[in-house]
Amino acid sequence: MRIWDLHCHLSGVSGLTPEERLEALLVFADRMGVERLCVYMGMKWAQDPAPADLVRQNSEVLRAIAKYPDRAFGFVYLSAKYPEESLAELERCVADGPMVGVKLWVAEKCSVPAIDAIIRRAAELKAVIFQHTWFKTNGNYPGESSPDDLVALARRFPNVPIICGHTGGSWEPGIRAIRAQANLYADLAGSDPTAGFTEMAVRELGASRVIYGSDGGGRSFASQLAKVHGAKISDADKQKIFCDNLRGLLLPILQAKGIKA
Amino acid sequence: MNRRKFLLRTSVTLAASSLGAAESARLTDCHVYLGSHPFRRLDGEDSAAFAENLRQRGVTEAWVGAFEGLLRRDVTDVNRLTAERCKSDAIFRPCGAVNLTLPAWQDDVKRCAEDHGMRVIRLHPNYHGHTLEASAFRELLALATKHHLLVQVVTQMEDERTQNPQVRVPPVDLKPLPDLMKEMPDARVMILNANASMVLLHLQECPNTTLDFAMIEGVGGVENLLKIWPLERLVFGSFAPVFYWESARLKVQESALDPAQTASIHWGNASALLG
Repeated sequence: MRIWDLHCHLSGVSGLTPEERLEALLVFADRMGVERLCVYMGMKWAQDPAPADLVRQNSEVLRAIAKYPDRAFGFVYLSAKYPEESLAELERCVADGPMVGVKLWVAEKCSVPAIDAIIRRAAELKAVIFQHTWFKTNGNYPGESSPDDLVALARRFPNVPIICGHTGGSWEPGIRAIRAQANLYADLAGSDPTAGFTEMAVRELGASRVIYGSDGGGRSFASQLAKVHGAKISDADKQKIFCDNLRGLLLPILQAKGIKA
Repeated sequence: MNRRKFLLRTSVTLAASSLGAAESARLTDCHVYLGSHPFRRLDGEDSAAFAENLRQRGVTEAWVGAFEGLLRRDVTDVNRLTAERCKSDAIFRPCGAVNLTLPAWQDDVKRCAEDHGMRVIRLHPNYHGHTLEASAFRELLALATKHHLLVQVVTQMEDERTQNPQVRVPPVDLKPLPDLMKEMPDARVMILNANASMVLLHLQECPNTTLDFAMIEGVGGVENLLKIWPLERLVFGSFAPVFYWESARLKVQESALDPAQTASIHWGNASALLG
């Protein structure tokens, strides 16, 4: 199986510099047969980062991926709370830089109109868009999106593929929430490896809308790979989830940038 | 590194891992359930199929509790059912349920040991509504010791963020355990589903306590755990069928363990506990 990991960070792993941390992640990735990592956010996180912090974190990712251009893709970390500054980061890191995707986290809900300019420009650049989502039983953070919020955004951009980060964490309601919105993809990363997750996602969304990611280094590659390796689905579907779906989303921007993968 | 070199390097690693597995054919999974899960349809409902499933993955012994032990209050019947299920396949070792909030729970301990020949009991204090500070827990440790029973304590069954909103159950507070275990040096406890912060906060000074790694997370989780936890007190626990069984196997692969360490975790440490 060819395995690309949609969802990795420079946290939860040892190393004093971004380069060292990515190197450490790749040691474990090699043990697990993971060929490529999508990396976003810096060495120290903030739930509501100021524009300068976004720049710092993105610069750390740029440093890390520059050392391993054949193993890691960078996604630019943006905030709908700061649309103008985020657009500038999008230009710096994607339009004029090597990054190939966008990461949106918990500073502001993704249903707000202010995010539209970011989504529009990211789509023009063919960048892959990833939005963190959770349905937390014990309550989301104030700016944390649910899959329902993402559906509201996706309806405004029906032709733009968007990845539903964590599929809401609580995956049974998460899968149901995004099922009818065909431009939304399910990210398997960052929740416990509860049996049935992948099978339900494939059953309800189709294997072509499901993507493997780990959320490493905070999560192990192992527990997240198990969601696919251990699922009762065909090998052909596993290959789609492990690599082909993500690669398909990335190919337009990779080709535009002349990156072979 | 180009793709060809990557594939060569990873295939060498995987081949070495497989070789290690072949050298040590025994695998004791100390953390498995059978029966009907309250919230999900899982493989443990069909004992025979699940046994075969485990066997195909290389498991040679599975310590099984009953999902029904979480919420049912006729625990005597739950334990009879567990014993019956386990007689159907030699791979299973039954783990009895004991609910310390029920009247005459002491009888269940005795029946587990004497009627069913069990060597292990599995507690879910958070689902049963007691803490480890409860006097009954101290009494349980003494009674279990008398009957030569290993006591498994399951700290959590599900991440609080994903639990059914109508059945929210916080993790077991392990803070009282170190003092208790120091007071009762003959008691033997295995903590299941602890996460790394629980280990760091409460278990480091806890004698005669063993851990599984089903909920130990982070890249290289097992090798990182072994920097703060003794090898001889770590066992293989998958938490199947709630978790994909492969999660535990792959966690061993993800960590750099030598064959002796792998053998200890795969079966040696569990075997010593019941020796």
